[in-house]
Amino acid sequence: MTRDEIFDSVREVLVDALAVDDDEVTPEAKLIADLGAESIDILDISFKLEQAFGFKIAQGELFPEGVTQDPEFVEGGKVTDKGLEELKGRLPHFDFTSLEADRSVGNVANIFTVDALVDFCERKLQTAA
Amino acid sequence: MRWMWIDRVVELIPREKLVAIKGVSLAEEHLHDHFPATSDRPATPIMPMSLIVEGMAQTAGVLVGHAEAFREKVVLAKVSKAELSEDAVPGDQLRYTATIESMTDMGASTKGVIELIRYEGGAPGEPREIGRVDLMFSHLDNNMGGVEFPEHNFVFGESFRTLLRSSGVEIPA
Repeated sequence: MTRDEIFDSVREVLVDALAVDDDEVTPEAKLIADLGAESIDILDISFKLEQAFGFKIAQGELFPEGVTQDPEFVEGGKVTDKGLEELKGRLPHFDFTSLEADRSVGNVANIFTVDALVDFCERKLQTAA
Repeated sequence: MRWMWIDRVVELIPREKLVAIKGVSLAEEHLHDHFPATSDRPATPIMPMSLIVEGMAQTAGVLVGHAEAFREKVVLAKVSKAELSEDAVPGDQLRYTATIESMTDMGASTKGVIELIRYEGGAPGEPREIGRVDLMFSHLDNNMGGVEFPEHNFVFGESFRTLLRSSGVEIPA
């Protein structure tokens, strides 16, 4: 499956799960800030990706859980070095450049882009192959 | 009035499918306001479509709750799709069929078909599909990051237990 084909399937999933238009789903679009995803949508997207690609997604594999509530990982509203390492370890499909520049907890959600989702699926498909 | 929008469970395949029925009755107070007579039309009692969606939510919610023996607090989290093409009126029976599409510790997604059975020519007609409602449910205790909820299961209360018991569905201990 080519990256373009993966993108097309991811777009179809997001259009269905978030009731957005095709052209809103660009690689740079942020799921939460731009496409309006809420927490239950992440579970919905996870279910729909499983159906579209035939792989299984474990709890917390797609998007971090608990990290931003842990005082060891977040201090004074900012993600600590340890927190950043934890996130990077758990979520290799994300690009952390923007979070490295602005460590605010509120910025964690912004790393969740359409492109990250395509990366995630590409990695899952490679592992399965 | 009890917030019960299904009358009876008629089929249950655990973790897979649940079918429930509801008789639309003129005794339901809201039908007299939905819609009352106006100067240019007589009273037109029609079951509100939002309550048909609720009926499917209860059907699918019981299916999802039953899967974990009603230990989880199962709440409706998202109406993924709701399409209805025909009105239900007093005397009609609605038949809700819910199936589980995906389910994890966090929640479940369900697909639902709504059929209408109407008396025509003195006999009940064949069920005909009038809509589809797809839903997402969340297992509350697994999703709220430490938020405390009451110990008792406030989602599946006594009214639902009565419904299941009177439908002959075994309630897990």
